[in-house]
Order: sequence, then C-alpha cells, then structure tokens
Amino acid sequence: MAEVSLKKVVKRYGVIETVHGIDLDVAHNEFVVLVGPSGCGKSTTLRMIAGLEEITGGTISIGDRVVNALPPRARNISMVFQSYALYPHMTVRDNLGFGLKIAGQSEAEIKKRVDEASEILGLDPYMDRLPQHLSGGQRQRVAMGRAIVRNPDVFLFDEPLSNLDAKLRGQMRVEIKKLHQRVKTTVIYVTHDQVEAMTLADRIVIMRDGHIEQVGTPTEVFEHPVNTFVAGFIGSPPMNQLDAVIADGTARLSDGTEVRLPADIASKVSDGQQVIVGFRPDSFAPKGHSLHDPSDSLTISRAVTIAEPLGTETIVFVDLGGKDVQAKMLNPRPVTPGEVLEFTLDLTRLHVFDKTTGRSVRR
Amino acid sequence: MSAGTIEKPWQRWLIRLGVFIAMVILLVPGIWVVVTAFRPNIEVLARPAVWIPQNPTLDNFARLFGFSSAQQGLPVQQYFTNSLIISVTSTIIAIVIGMAGGYAFARFSFRGKATLFLGFMLSRTVPGVALSLPLFILWSRLGLIDTSWGLILVYMAVNIPFTIWLTDGFFRQIPVDLSEAAQIDGCTRWQAFWKVEFPLAKSGLASAAIFAFLTSWNEYALASQLTRTTASKTMPVGLMDFTAQFTVDWTGMSAMAVLIIIPALILTFIVQKHLIAGLTFGGVKG
Repeated sequence: MAEVSLKKVVKRYGVIETVHGIDLDVAHNEFVVLVGPSGCGKSTTLRMIAGLEEITGGTISIGDRVVNALPPRARNISMVFQSYALYPHMTVRDNLGFGLKIAGQSEAEIKKRVDEASEILGLDPYMDRLPQHLSGGQRQRVAMGRAIVRNPDVFLFDEPLSNLDAKLRGQMRVEIKKLHQRVKTTVIYVTHDQVEAMTLADRIVIMRDGHIEQVGTPTEVFEHPVNTFVAGFIGSPPMNQLDAVIADGTARLSDGTEVRLPADIASKVSDGQQVIVGFRPDSFAPKGHSLHDPSDSLTISRAVTIAEPLGTETIVFVDLGGKDVQAKMLNPRPVTPGEVLEFTLDLTRLHVFDKTTGRSVRR
Repeated sequence: MSAGTIEKPWQRWLIRLGVFIAMVILLVPGIWVVVTAFRPNIEVLARPAVWIPQNPTLDNFARLFGFSSAQQGLPVQQYFTNSLIISVTSTIIAIVIGMAGGYAFARFSFRGKATLFLGFMLSRTVPGVALSLPLFILWSRLGLIDTSWGLILVYMAVNIPFTIWLTDGFFRQIPVDLSEAAQIDGCTRWQAFWKVEFPLAKSGLASAAIFAFLTSWNEYALASQLTRTTASKTMPVGLMDFTAQFTVDWTGMSAMAVLIIIPALILTFIVQKHLIAGLTFGGVKG
C-alpha cells in the first residue's frame, strides 16, 4: 500500500517528446484514472510507473522510494494489460501463482493465496484450463486475479476493458469497482473511455498531447471543466460548444441569439471578447422535460431537426448558433422532426471559455 | 456448401490420378534406392529391369559393416559417428546463436538492424558450392581441412542466418506483453525469456533445429571438398567409396544411402507436428 508521486516526469524518444514534465500525486488507496484520446501519453505514463519504459526526466516515487532506476520486479506493482497477457502455456492456476512462485513462496502459501484470489473473482471452475479455453471476460478476471495475488503496493490497469463487448465492459467495470472496495489498494487506471473514468475514479486525470489538462473528482471535472477540451471530452453526449461574442454582459451567438450571462461570469468577461459558450445537453431541455427547474434560465424556441429516442430519454437535435445542438428530453414524448419546441437553458450551469486560450473564464 | 465446391466422381478420380502420378515421380527414386539396398548386384544390372526383388538379401548391409568375408568392410561406423558429431554440434551451436540473434532482431531496435538482417538473408543467396574453392584455400591455411571443426564451422555459417530468420519470426509472434507481464510478476528479463518466451517459441526452435540438422546431415558438395580421410568424412561423402575406377557398387551404395535416410526419417516423424507449424508459419510471415 503506497502513494505514487510523479514530479516533472518527461518521456522522450530520440528528439520526440511525448510526455512533457507532468506532476501527479496519487494518494494511498486512491483510484486514479488517466484518461485522454489516443496518443495523449497516458499509457506511456503508466508504463513509466510500471518500469516498462525508461524515464527521460523527473522522478517517480512509490511509497517513499524513488523508483526511476528500479526494474519492474523491484517496484512491487502489478499490472493488468489490455491484451491480458496471460501466459498461454500455463493453466489459470499457474498463471495466478506465477509471480508467487518466482518470488520463492512455499507451495502451501501459493495455493492459499491463489485460492483466495480465485474465490474473490469466481474463477474456481476454470482453474485447470488454459487461457485459450476461456472467454474474454474470464481472461479479464484471470488477469485481475494475477494482479491481486501478489498483494502489490499499486495496481496498474492499461485499458483493461477495451477488448470486451459493451455489455461485458459494463459488468467488468462494476467488478473492478467491487474489487477495489474489497482489496483496498492504490490504483492507477488508463482508459480512453470517459464513462469508465467517471464511474470508476476517485480522481480523474485528463491528458492531452503529453500534458495534464485537469485533475479532479468526477464531479469537479464534469461541473467545472477548466477548458474546452475537458468540457468536450467528459460527459456523454458531449457538451454543446458555440462561438459567441460578448456585448453588454450577454453572449451573442453567430445566429444572433443572445444568451444572458449570470453575474459571476459576466464579471469575468469584457465587451468584444470572443468566447465559446458551453452547456450540457441536460441543461438544455424542452420545457417540462428537465431534471429540475433552474433558478435562472433562458427560453429558446427551435425546430427539432433529429430526435434520437433512447427509452428513458430522447436526444433532440436543434440548430442553434449555426451548429447542431443536442438537448436531453427526460420523460420523453414522441417528437417529430420540424416540430417547434421551447427549450429551457439552465444559466446556472452555463460555461464560458475564452476563444483564443480555450480556458474557462471562471478560472 | 455451394454446389460449385462439390466435385463429380470423375473429377475426384482425375485429381487422385494426378496426385498418384506426382507421388510416383517423387517417390520412385527413393523407393528404388531402398529396393536396391536389399537385392544382389546381379539383379540391379539385369535387363530388362527387375522391379520386384526376387532374392531379397541383407548381404549388402553385412558387407557394409564388414560381417561378410567376401569384401573388406568400409569404416561406416566412423562415417556415421563423424556425421552425427558434425551435424549435432553445428545444429546446437547454430540454434543457440540463431535463437539469440532472432530474439535480438525481434525484440530490440539497434542501429543498422535492417541492413544487418538483409546481409544475413543475402548470405543465403550464395550457392554453397561457389564458396568451396575460397573455403578450401582458407581452411588449408588454417589447418582445418579434414577436421570435424572445419565442417562444423561451415555448417554453422550456413545454418545461422536461416535460424535467425526463422526464430525472429517466431519471437515476433509472441506478444511483448507476455515478457513484460512476467517482468512485473517478478522476473528478470532473463527469467522472463526462459519461463515465458522460450516455452512458447519451442516449436519454432524445434523446426529450425530440424532444418539445420538435415542441412548438415545431407550436405555433400562442401564436405567432399573439405574432408579427406575417416577423420572427418561424413556419410554422404562415404557414398563415393563405392565407386572404383571402372565399377560402381550400386547395392552397397544404396545400402549406405538407406543408413543415411533412416535417422533423417525418424527425426522428421518425431517432430512432424512442429515441422508443419514451422513451415506453414514461414508461409504467412510478412
């Protein structure tokens, strides 16, 4: 059990720098998710923590040890790979016990701990099978079992669910969460899927192009994204983002629609400033179909272009500010394209970003 | 199944006939050698040819090993021992070096990697016989003519590039993740190799070993140049002992050829499964 600390960590391949001096502190037993689009450096960062990639600059410590120069085996970590990386020539039992055997544990101790892990993950019926005779979900469980038997200080997960189908992914997500609640350990989890990040993380680290864009709890990054990238990346469907110009404390969209800004935002912008106005589909709902009545709102009438019924809600597309804007309709009723609806825009949950820097004006 | 894939009976028989003819062309010389080994010389020279041996005999083998009083035996045991020592030694060394090389090409990036690999492959394009004269001169200066090591070195040089090419492909097929997982599980890189990657590459290495062994075991052209006496003569070279100035002892030669074929045949059967894996693999390698 240990905290993990990254200080000014840099990764360079030849002249190409892929991770640009990132700082991150992961607390003891914390579940931290590194999320970002492919090529953002999240996997490289994880592999540097694991010791599978050399660290070009900065320091990484696990517990109170700087591990920069330590090989993976000396870091007391375990890792679940995207491909699961189960040893194809060993049975499930041997896969689970491999690390303990290498460590020179007694047969009895290995059996005890392997049986424990197998029980936690429900692997008992498969113990004598080879990995090739397991389904994707079972392989995934074996990979997790192999990680927990060794009682590591830190668990590393490298996109562990991306090879599973959507349904199984949902199940395994729950299992990982249960596992963390049961086996309290520091977890660093890499994914490109923001839903996984939101559901699993104590804290989310959003990365782009080798930089950390924002670190925060799921609620923080959802409610208060620091820039347009985070705003667009977290949340599904994504936040609507519209170009606007500030005039007299209002944001004028390109189609002339005026969005009155709440006082706390209005004080942070100046007339003539180019901004991006952002609001999530659930703070832009047809009247009578929102989660709650906002204290400060704006009513906008628009014709529906497309409606996507999802059962408990319908995603309604309208044209606003020259863009396709999505609205979330709760307790939906049938909507036909062309129908004009009155939408309530929740101004208390409005986001305004500076157009040139992309940063939230609240900061 | 679509109708197009079902052959009519006459088509099926036509295919079988074709296969039969092809097999006859391939197998008859081999069978003829075996048959000849078990018949008296007089039948071999008979005209018209006697296809089925009328008087099967083991005399040829008896003569070969010197059990017969009629003719002095040849040092067949010595040739066999030489062949075995030379083939096995050169195969083991080629596999060890080739495996290390193949692993390096599959797993590491280093300067000049592509060029080096191309160089190894190009060395395979040179016909062995073309090297016999330069080799002969070099080996005679180094005192390697008519020594086992002289041939072992040559066969190593022939086999290592091929082994590298084959094992490189096999190691490439094994995901790097496995070695990394093993290292995280507590292995050194060395342990990870022996406990995870080596067991998975075994069938590839087995087929590489068979190829190397058979190349050395059957090689004639270079061995005939570089060997002189029983100190280093191998079985294929020993075959020439049956030719005299005006006569060829066909039955004796065939008996010895059978002795050459048997170990190769046994070995091939034992590792057939691996061999097929190795060959088909070679077929899909990019």
